[in-house]
Amino acid sequence: MSGGVDSAVAAARAVDAGHDVVGVHLALSRMPGTLRTGARGCCTIEDSMDARRVATALDIPYYVWDFSERFQADVIDDFLSEYAEGRTPNPCLRCNEKIKFEALLDRAVDLGFDKVVTGHYARVDDGANGIELHRASDEAKDQSYVLAVLNEQQLEHCWFPLADTPTKELVRQEAEQRGFALARKPDSHDICFIPDGDTRGYLNEKLGTSPGEIVDQEGEVVGEHDGAHGYTVGQRKGLRIGRPASDGKPRFVLELRPKERQVVVGPKESLGVTTVAGERISWAGRRPEGLEDGLDVHVQIRAHADPVPAFATLEGEELVIRPEDPLFGVATGQSAVIYAGTRVLGQVTMDRTERVEPATV
Amino acid sequence: MNDLPRYFDHAATSPLRERAREAMLTLGPLANPASTHRAGQRASALLEEARERIAACVDAHPTEVVLLSGGTEAVNLGLKGLWLSRNQGRDAVVSAAIEHAATMDSLEWLERQGATVHTVGCSPDSVTHTDVDLGSAAMATISWANNETGVLQPVEPWAAAADEARVPLHVDAIAALGHVPVAFRASGATCMSIAAHKVGGPVGAGALLVSRAAKLTPLLHGGGQQRGLRSGTGDVAGAIGFAVALEDALAELEQERLRLSAFAARIREAAKRPGVRITGETAERLPGTVHLTVDGANAEALTFLLDGFDIQASNGSACTAGVVQESHVVRAMGVSGAPLRLSMGWSTTEQDADALVKALPDVIERARASR
Repeated sequence: MSGGVDSAVAAARAVDAGHDVVGVHLALSRMPGTLRTGARGCCTIEDSMDARRVATALDIPYYVWDFSERFQADVIDDFLSEYAEGRTPNPCLRCNEKIKFEALLDRAVDLGFDKVVTGHYARVDDGANGIELHRASDEAKDQSYVLAVLNEQQLEHCWFPLADTPTKELVRQEAEQRGFALARKPDSHDICFIPDGDTRGYLNEKLGTSPGEIVDQEGEVVGEHDGAHGYTVGQRKGLRIGRPASDGKPRFVLELRPKERQVVVGPKESLGVTTVAGERISWAGRRPEGLEDGLDVHVQIRAHADPVPAFATLEGEELVIRPEDPLFGVATGQSAVIYAGTRVLGQVTMDRTERVEPATV
Repeated sequence: MNDLPRYFDHAATSPLRERAREAMLTLGPLANPASTHRAGQRASALLEEARERIAACVDAHPTEVVLLSGGTEAVNLGLKGLWLSRNQGRDAVVSAAIEHAATMDSLEWLERQGATVHTVGCSPDSVTHTDVDLGSAAMATISWANNETGVLQPVEPWAAAADEARVPLHVDAIAALGHVPVAFRASGATCMSIAAHKVGGPVGAGALLVSRAAKLTPLLHGGGQQRGLRSGTGDVAGAIGFAVALEDALAELEQERLRLSAFAARIREAAKRPGVRITGETAERLPGTVHLTVDGANAEALTFLLDGFDIQASNGSACTAGVVQESHVVRAMGVSGAPLRLSMGWSTTEQDADALVKALPDVIERARASR
C-alpha cells in the first residue's frame, strides 16, 4: 500500500473478496523522516499515513516494512551503475522485479501468505499456457511493461485486482465511494527517489561531472559536454553544438560511450534501429516455443511506447528482436517487452542495437 | 475485564489505570491554578497536592518536582538546562551509549552548540561501564534502567563519580519508575526525568526532579510558574492522574515484582532455543521486561508473527513512520540478531503469559526461517 489510490482500491477489493488481508507499506527511502516535497514521488511519511488511514477504514492490520537496504542495492545502485555504463535503466521495473515481487513476496510467502496484491494495471490469468500475464483493460494505464520482468514463480503469487477496471477514473470514483480521503490524490509519475524530477541533476550529484567530447559518426569533434549521463539516445535539444551540420539538418544523440566519455550525434535517420538484442532475458510464464525458428510478436521498448510488429529469435544466449520498421529512440538498458496479442511473453534488457546504415551521399 | 489482551508493550505505554482515569474524570470544572481568586486557589490546591504525592513517591521535596508534558520534555530540560548553566570552560558531556532517543538527540543538538560528547559503552548484557572519568565535564547522564532491554544501570557508581568530580548528573528514570524503587535524593542525581504513562498514568504528564542546589536554565519562558523553570499553566488533571497511578504502582510494587518475574521466567524459558540470546540473564533488570535477540531472523517478522497471535510486542523503539530501525542499544551491546522486547505491567494476566509462552517458540522458528 503505497498511499496511492490504486493500491488502496486493490486492497479494498481483496478484502471484499473475503481474503485474510494485511496491508504493507514499503519504506524504501534511506531517510524515513523525509517529508513530501511536492505532489510527486512516494514513500514519504505522508504516504505512509495515507496508506494507514485506508487500512484503518478497511479494518485490516497495517505494517511498514523497511526494504531500504535492498532498494538501495538493487534499484538505486543499479540505476547509477547502468547510467555510468551509458545505458538508460528503468528503476520501476527493477523495483518490481527485486523488491515488490521478490523481497516482499519472499517474506510474505515465508510468513504464510499466498499472494502479493498490488494496484498495478495488468492481468494474471491461468490460461492455455499456464500462468499468463496480460495487458490491463485500460490500455492508457496498462502497466504490463513494468511487470514483464516477473517470472512464472513470481506471477503465481501475484494478484492485480484492478486488471479489469475500464478506466482509472472509475478507480478514483470507487475510492470516493469507499470514503478514502486519497481518492483525488495525484498520480506519481517520477522516479520516487528523485522527487524533484531532475534526473540529470541527481546523476550529476551522484556520478559527478565528467566532461567529454561530442563527436559525429565520423569521429569528428563537434562540441563538448559535462557528462555523458546527462544525455539520452534520441535527444535533440540542449546539445550545445557550436557549428551546424554539413547538411544543415538537426542532429540527435545516437549513442553514449561513457568509457571514452563521448556522446555520438548524427542525423535523425541514423537513429532508426533495425535490431535490438540482449542476454538478460526473462519469461513471464512458460518459455514460449518456437523461438529458435523465430516468432511473430509485438515489441514495446519503453513504458509508454506503442507496440510494433517484430520478429523475435533466440540466437544462442541472445534474444534478437527485429522490428518490421526501424524503431526510434531506443535506449540500451531499457527492456524490450515482447507480446503475443495482449499476452506478455517476456522481456530482455537491451544491451545491443543495430542501426540503419548511414545514407551514402 | 481486560481491554488490552496479550499486550506486551508496557515499556512503550502502560495503559491508563482505572483509578487514575476516575480521579481525572471526577475533577469537575477547574480554573487556572495560577489565578489568585478562590476558584484558582482550589485548582492550585489540587495541583500542589498532586505534586506532593508525586514527590513522596520518589523521595523528593515537592519544590523539586517540576511538572512537564512528559518524558521527552523532562530529558530535554534536564540536559539542555544543565548545559546552559554549566561552569565556564566545561564543555564535555559524558553519557551512556545506550540512552533513549530523547537523550541521544538532545546530545546531538548540544554538540551543535559546542558540546563535546563522550559516550560510555556497555557489556553484551547492556550494563553500562562504571570506569567513568568525569574530570572537568559540564555534566553527565545515565538511565536507571535501559528502556529497550530493561537492564538496570550502575547509577550508584556514576553518582559517586559525579559527586567526586562535582559534576551535575542527570538520571533518566523513565523506564525504571514504578517497576523498581526509585529514590531521587538518595540517588545523588542533580536532575531526574520521570513520566506518567510508563506507570499507567496519562500520556502527556511527566516531571523533572530538580535538586534545590541545581543550576538549571529554563527552556520555556512565560508566566514564570514552577520556580521559573517551566512556564505554562499547570495541568491539574495530568498531575492527579500521574500521582494516583504512581501511588498504585508503588503500593503493589513487591507483589507485582513477584508476579511479573514469574511470567518473565516462563517467557525466557519458552524463548530458549538455538539462535536466541536472552539479554541480561545474569544482570539485574526490571521484573516485567524480557529482551532477546534472535539470530538469522528479521525483526519485523518477529513482531508481525506475534501480531498474528494477537500478541502486541515491539522490537524496541519506534519512529513516526512506523519503521523498525536498527537499535543503537543492540549495536552497543555488540550482539547480532533481531531484537524483541516483551514488556509487562499491571494489565498483564496469566492468560496473556500463557498465550505468549505457547506462541513464542513457533514464532521464533518461523521468523528464523523467513527471508
